[in-house]
Amino acid sequence: MAAVRLEHLRKVHANGHVAVADVSIDVAPGELLVLVGPSGSGKSSLLRLIAGLEDPTAGRVLIDEQDVTGWPPQDRDLAMVFQSYALYPHKTVRENLMFGLRMRRVPPSEIADRVQHTATALGIDKLLERKPAQLSGGERQRVALGRAVVRKPKAFLLDEPLSNLDPRLRAATRAELALLHRRLNATMIYVTHDQEEAMTLGSRVAVMRNGALEQIGAPMEVYQRPANTFVAEFVGTPAMNLLPSEAGIIMGIRPHDIEIVSTAEADERGGIEIVEPLGSTLLVHVKTDTRPHLVRVVVPADTVMAVGAMVGLRMRRDRLHRFDAATGRACA
Amino acid sequence: MRRSVRSVTPRIFAALFVAFSAGPLYWALVASFTPEAAIFERPALVPSTLVLDHYRALFLERAFWMPIRNSLVVAGTTTLCSLALGGPCAYALARLSFRGRTTVLAAVLAVSMFPQISLVSPLFLLLRTVGLINTYPGLVLPYLTFAMPLTIWFLVGFFRQLPAELEEAALVDGASRWRAFREIVLPLSWPGIATTGLLTFLYSWNEFLFALSFTLGPERYTVPVAIALFRGQYQVPWGQVFAASIVATAPLAVLILIAQRRIVQGLTAGGVKG
Repeated sequence: MAAVRLEHLRKVHANGHVAVADVSIDVAPGELLVLVGPSGSGKSSLLRLIAGLEDPTAGRVLIDEQDVTGWPPQDRDLAMVFQSYALYPHKTVRENLMFGLRMRRVPPSEIADRVQHTATALGIDKLLERKPAQLSGGERQRVALGRAVVRKPKAFLLDEPLSNLDPRLRAATRAELALLHRRLNATMIYVTHDQEEAMTLGSRVAVMRNGALEQIGAPMEVYQRPANTFVAEFVGTPAMNLLPSEAGIIMGIRPHDIEIVSTAEADERGGIEIVEPLGSTLLVHVKTDTRPHLVRVVVPADTVMAVGAMVGLRMRRDRLHRFDAATGRACA
Repeated sequence: MRRSVRSVTPRIFAALFVAFSAGPLYWALVASFTPEAAIFERPALVPSTLVLDHYRALFLERAFWMPIRNSLVVAGTTTLCSLALGGPCAYALARLSFRGRTTVLAAVLAVSMFPQISLVSPLFLLLRTVGLINTYPGLVLPYLTFAMPLTIWFLVGFFRQLPAELEEAALVDGASRWRAFREIVLPLSWPGIATTGLLTFLYSWNEFLFALSFTLGPERYTVPVAIALFRGQYQVPWGQVFAASIVATAPLAVLILIAQRRIVQGLTAGGVKG
């Protein structure tokens, strides 16, 4: 495990598109840092810069305090898990796992041991003689993971490794990934567009937009103190309500922090427009008299909510977020 | 009624097309076994007498194995050279980003656009200066002028269609560019390479103009040249010409039939996204 430091990284493509704009991050040894953002936010580009698959326009990449900027990928001793898994189709699972070790001239007897050990640990030891085409999606994902783990790299780079799995398998694999990270105590940089995945997995979460870092911090810190309106809306489901208010201020409040009360004791009043059952809760959209947008409120599933009914809303004062309407930044 | 007409019509056209393209070949096959005197008498679909005279004459009197050997050497060497040189070149053009890549690709295409006849005189002078007239290199080098662009254009298509992530995975895994090319790209693109090689071999095997211009004697004549020079002052030995054509065509036809499926896959693979 190694420390990874990114200093003022910038990547501008030949067509002038700025993929990564001045990003600096310190990843501590053994940390699982999640890069999260919508598509086109530059998170995958950042990962490719770290891997050395692309060269930055400016800035430095340091691994264990050594400047590796401009080094080819093969000299960086990192392992990468691709979204498509990128298993070598003409090689068996065993050969796929062996490849990286062979390239690094690990002695054959050690290669055999490590492949066996990793395969057993990941439950793919029965699949070693198969070709990737003969594996299910979940099995391929494990092999891709195994190919990285067996290498014992300085750090792991994971590019949306779960996005090709069906939802149930995804949840199970996510838990296994968290366990794997703890067991290996390895440095991992994990890219996803799924904020829930980011929250549950990350020791820290880095939220990106348009190539820039919007906020970096522990998952709960990002959730409870979003640095700006973008992070506020992006992190947490259902998304935070952003309500324009007096004097250039935007009030933010999460749907969980609004209570439905009798109209007499309410801050605001409105009619119920949509009721969406989420299972354990209901998501209620309320049209208030004064606001152009619907206000989202989460209530317990056993509450009786009828479309068209007039209700009162009470915001929890201690959970209000205040943002500058001009810059979007959180007010102190 | 309409439906049956619709399903029958394409078959009729297919049958006509097969008859049109395979007919001459069939006639050559029959004629190559027919006594010389009978060839131009009333042509029959089913021959009445079959003899091996023409084949015997071909190999015993004319030493036809010599042009076959020459053609094999020249076409084989051309194919190997253009794959060995054009393969890495195509990979670089397909995958690496460097200044002037599109220019190089366009230049490669432009080179192959020159009419062959316009190259004959300058190439002849060039080859004479370096003393390569009537030698194997004297044919292989000119053949590379059309074989290389062909190879490069085909292979660029094949390499581009491989997912880049496979090579990136290999690079991150610790392989050098060259190692990734050898261990990942080559094994995965061998159908494309085989197709390209086969086509290059075909073009070189059939090439006539350069072979006629740059060889001087039977010891370096290739098959097409040898056949063309069968004609004597007063007569053309048609039976032997047909026999020679069959000998020159049959192995290739068999090869193509075996590889047919691959070739079709290969030719369309570049354009269609999987």
